[in-house]
Amino acid sequence: MLKVDELRVSVGGKAILQGLSLEIRPGEIHAMMGPNGSGKSTLAHVLAGRAGYEVTGGSVTYQGHDLLAMEPEERAWAGLFLGFQYPVEIPGVNNVYLLKAALNAGRKHRGEPEMDSISFLKLVREKAALMQIDDSFLSRGVNEGFSGGEKKRNEILQMTLLEPKLAVLDETDSGLDIDALKVVANGVNSMRSADRSFLLITHYQRLLDYIQPDYVHVLAEGRIVRTGDKQLATQLEADGYDGILAEAASL
Amino acid sequence: MSTKSKEVTELVEKKYQHGFVTDIEADTVPPGLDEDVVRLISSKKGEPQFMLDWRLKAFRHWQTLREPNWAKLHHPPIDYQDISYYSAPGQKKDGPKSLDEVDPKLLETYEKLGIPLHERAALAGVAVDAVFDSVSIATTFKDKLAKAGVIFCPFSEAVRDYPELIEKYLGTVVPYRDNYFAALNSAVFSDGSFVYIPEGVRCPMELSTYFRINEANTGQFERTLIVAAEGSHVSYLEGCTAPMRDENQLHAAVVELIAMDDAEIKYSTVQNWYPGDENGKGGIYNFVTKRGDCRGKNSKISWTQVEAGSAITWKYPSCILRGENSVGEFYSVAVTNNLQQADTGTKMIHIGRNSRSTIVSKGISAGRAQQSYRGLVKIFPSAESARNYTQCDSLLMGKDCGAHTFPYMEIKNPSAIVEHEATTSKIADDQLFYCRQRGLSEEDAVNMIVNGFCKEVFRELPMEFAVEAQNLLNVSLEGAVG
Repeated sequence: MLKVDELRVSVGGKAILQGLSLEIRPGEIHAMMGPNGSGKSTLAHVLAGRAGYEVTGGSVTYQGHDLLAMEPEERAWAGLFLGFQYPVEIPGVNNVYLLKAALNAGRKHRGEPEMDSISFLKLVREKAALMQIDDSFLSRGVNEGFSGGEKKRNEILQMTLLEPKLAVLDETDSGLDIDALKVVANGVNSMRSADRSFLLITHYQRLLDYIQPDYVHVLAEGRIVRTGDKQLATQLEADGYDGILAEAASL
Repeated sequence: MSTKSKEVTELVEKKYQHGFVTDIEADTVPPGLDEDVVRLISSKKGEPQFMLDWRLKAFRHWQTLREPNWAKLHHPPIDYQDISYYSAPGQKKDGPKSLDEVDPKLLETYEKLGIPLHERAALAGVAVDAVFDSVSIATTFKDKLAKAGVIFCPFSEAVRDYPELIEKYLGTVVPYRDNYFAALNSAVFSDGSFVYIPEGVRCPMELSTYFRINEANTGQFERTLIVAAEGSHVSYLEGCTAPMRDENQLHAAVVELIAMDDAEIKYSTVQNWYPGDENGKGGIYNFVTKRGDCRGKNSKISWTQVEAGSAITWKYPSCILRGENSVGEFYSVAVTNNLQQADTGTKMIHIGRNSRSTIVSKGISAGRAQQSYRGLVKIFPSAESARNYTQCDSLLMGKDCGAHTFPYMEIKNPSAIVEHEATTSKIADDQLFYCRQRGLSEEDAVNMIVNGFCKEVFRELPMEFAVEAQNLLNVSLEGAVG
């Protein structure tokens, strides 16, 4: 599905990712943990194709294609989804309108017919109910005046609708109360399948109480310093990052 | 953007879709303007004496005036002697009696513009007056409207058939002394539409005038007059296009609206005159005076405009809120791209007690365009408890364009409540990236964000035209980002 090989990325001349390697196979859930400033969000943005990041080395292959050569929308059409840490507000643009445009853009590029408004509304209501999102929420401006929790739920709603092959969720759990966290986790768990993969970027292991990852990685100073299973996250929660970072530094 | 699709390039290239020329024989007077030209226009139209006298007074007054220079607009001087003031497609002297007599080439022109004039093909529920250069060539659904008592006809026909109405109302909202371009228009106006809605009548269909400039080196000077008698209601829309030419062409129109007690006029404009090319060559100079008079109590006049075309736009659709409890509204979207310039806004003149007005102006600048909002809210001492709300938002695309705001307020009554809000923003990179991450192309993302910005204005447009306006906006901004 995704193969990141010795990826090096700078922002404004400052090296952020310094030789990051990662392989995600179909059906796997990977959690990427790490202290602030370790490069987690940079990884998410580079995978999605955001401007302002300079790739200075390494490669990223997604479904056999050179991901870094693709435009952001081409990555989306190919099934890559980024759940934003800070979803942006787009005043005046109906939430449902964006959802429909996004869904149909993807369908169009896969050579599928566009979905008509009636089937679409039915589908979106179904998904919204799963995310415990009120109908009135759909006709509001995109993220306009949404609370932090509402924005995150909206991200997961978009994900369930677009049915990506690889979903990168950038700190979707931060700022959520326990109920919202469960709803978000439900959204992810309901989509788990043998041909869909997730990369969960998170600061705390709390989310992993609800979503069972296959792998847990610890990112520090732009590199993966440790890979393990769910136990690693629990250990981190108990001991903090210091021990692992010190260990990594001594290598 | 190496991988940008071919489709986008094609879209950018097609840009102005109405730039074709209709090859038709025309009766065009030679360039130049003097009293003889004014007399000639009047006689070609078979006008009564009062009309000619009024034109001549206007012409003499115009000669004493100088072009206004207070707007934030720059253009080379206009040579008023180098313009032809009358051009009509060759046809029988009195004009065609029915659609069957209209030159097929003209019908085809309107067909191409998306305005079929045959009633069976026409937009359901919309009557159209089609003005081609200086004359109206056809008006649809006249019979159906006549049954409701509504008069909707070319202005020149109204001067002949309803001279008493014209004499009573013409120039009572925009006198010929009003300003330079209004004086010029009053002297040489050629055609336009006249609408009269009798007492208590709700006009059964949308009325619409479609203005088309075709001939080279001509100006279009149309005049529209809408009178809504007590308790009546009408919704009216105008559209405009012109061929692509390297020379600038002058368009100086006057629109007067009159609403009596409890009457309502909704006037919508989708202006898409040729804007010139990406280097600022060619395009229409659009100098327009539009004003509505809420003469009666509880009357309402609402202006909605989508200004996308023209090299230069100078236009301030205004309301005189004379009647008690009268309401004035101005909803505007102005788009300027490349080297377009627009200085537009409104005046709300509160005279009557409890008069209320709302101004919502959305300006979008891209390329190297310059755009100004210029507005006046004036509260007379008599306007007890008057209210105004103004919202004025600008959206900038790219770093070479400009947006300017000139709001004026003159408040002479302490009970008035006047609010003004203004914002200036850019399409943020993170908004674009967000949409693209969801699979929208960059162009689609820009269109969606811009349409969201304009939503409050678009929802004021009649349904059929809201879609047209959105599409127009999209075409106007193509290539603005990237």
